[in-house]
Amino acid sequence: MSDLNAQAVAKYRTNFLKEVEERVEEGEWVKMCMQCGVCSGSCPLGPYWAHPPQEIFMMIRAGRRDEVLTSDSMWMCTSCYNCIVRCPRKLPITHIMHGLANYAHRLGLAPKNQPTRVFATLFWNNLIRTGRVNELKLSLALYFKDGFKQGIQNALNMQKTGLGLMKAKRLNPFELFSGHGCKDKKGIAAMLKKAREIEASRKHFAN
Amino acid sequence: MAKKEYAFYPGCSSQSKASASNYLTSVNSMCKTLDIKLTEIPDWNCCGASIGYAEGGELPRHVMNARNFALAEQHLPGQQVVATCAACWLGARETKERLDASAQLMADTNEALKEAGLHYKAEVEIRHMVEVLIEDFGYDALGKPVVKPLGGLKIAGYVGCQTNRPFGIAGESFENPMYLDKLVETLGAEPVANYEQKVTCCGGALAFSETEKSQAQIKNIVESAYDQGADLIVTPCPLCQANVEIYQEQINKRYGTKFNMPVTYYSQLMSVAYGGSTKDAGLDGQLIRAPKLEEIAKK
Repeated sequence: MSDLNAQAVAKYRTNFLKEVEERVEEGEWVKMCMQCGVCSGSCPLGPYWAHPPQEIFMMIRAGRRDEVLTSDSMWMCTSCYNCIVRCPRKLPITHIMHGLANYAHRLGLAPKNQPTRVFATLFWNNLIRTGRVNELKLSLALYFKDGFKQGIQNALNMQKTGLGLMKAKRLNPFELFSGHGCKDKKGIAAMLKKAREIEASRKHFAN
Repeated sequence: MAKKEYAFYPGCSSQSKASASNYLTSVNSMCKTLDIKLTEIPDWNCCGASIGYAEGGELPRHVMNARNFALAEQHLPGQQVVATCAACWLGARETKERLDASAQLMADTNEALKEAGLHYKAEVEIRHMVEVLIEDFGYDALGKPVVKPLGGLKIAGYVGCQTNRPFGIAGESFENPMYLDKLVETLGAEPVANYEQKVTCCGGALAFSETEKSQAQIKNIVESAYDQGADLIVTPCPLCQANVEIYQEQINKRYGTKFNMPVTYYSQLMSVAYGGSTKDAGLDGQLIRAPKLEEIAKK
């Protein structure tokens, strides 16, 4: 068990709802769900959620902590915002799902090789390096996430598309070496470090 | 002086030789005709996009957006921030609303920004280019500079998600937004009247991680355009454009289809209708070329 997870279990014991309210983005909305299921029916990847959003909300209230946080479900969110605009009680469902995914990821409970978890991590780490996304490095990092051999195979599968994009001037091979970026990389790094510290203290990650 | 001036937030995908560089090319051409002056926010950064939440968390994401706001306030005071990318606009608007609603979040954000020598005064307004066109100009004004009406073209207006939900364009419905259809009509083309996939999600960032599931969505989006007799699809979102265009080849392999449907930006249609060349409109940046639109551009 990660230290952060052990600390959370000790702090909240059986009150998972309280844990979500205090630590998950927009978590204070969870108790407002009235179980109509419109969110689940509106989700483009709805059939692939082991536990659709309204079920997740009920499971949180029922204290089924491990099942929720180790679930693959929240990682199915495409950020289409259908659920938000249709929810009769205006719960910010998309953000709650993002928040739960982020929290599970932070505690080390999210499924290890969940592809969206892997991609999302690559994406953020890619963009904070220079302040802007380097699309070529991001694609390559994704192709090679399962090792060199699979990476070559993945790259070959996308070869025609890649060459087409290069020809259309929508992919720059030189991005591998330099590429776009912000000037004030130092300031961005310092500001993000501070933001992480403040967030950890606001969400009681330290005590 | 230009008729309208805005602080411009182009976003990562619109940079030179990035996946939506042709979007920016066509926006520049369109803005020239409409006498819109866009000044890039100096040293702007990524908004975190729709997938940044997992590793980035809440405050770091807002701080990234607030850095752009602070830079805009400092260097381009009084100007509204205009984004062309749907995700940039959404991410920025989300941050603005959250910060406006919480004094604590605002204070925390500014404490972090201080590390980069910046301060956000909460004065910016965030808008999408489509809002600028519809609200600051209006369809009549947008129709006036048309010199090459796009007659004979039937166009499926694929609105997608992120310019439509959760904020949307004022006066439009989430389920059946009409602005792209009206724009298509303004330019002299025929909008597909019953394009039932107009607000279907293309999978967004999950096109990279959940390829099969996303490609099933994209297949519906393209198939419906064919069923309604469309010559091309038009969209306001760089990720919608890339996903729906790029993956047609893989969908053909997976499903045995023969898709070859051009997917363009609204700004490309406008550039051509305003007399722009294939190059001005960034049509040379299509993976799937749009021959009928190019024909009009070459007339």
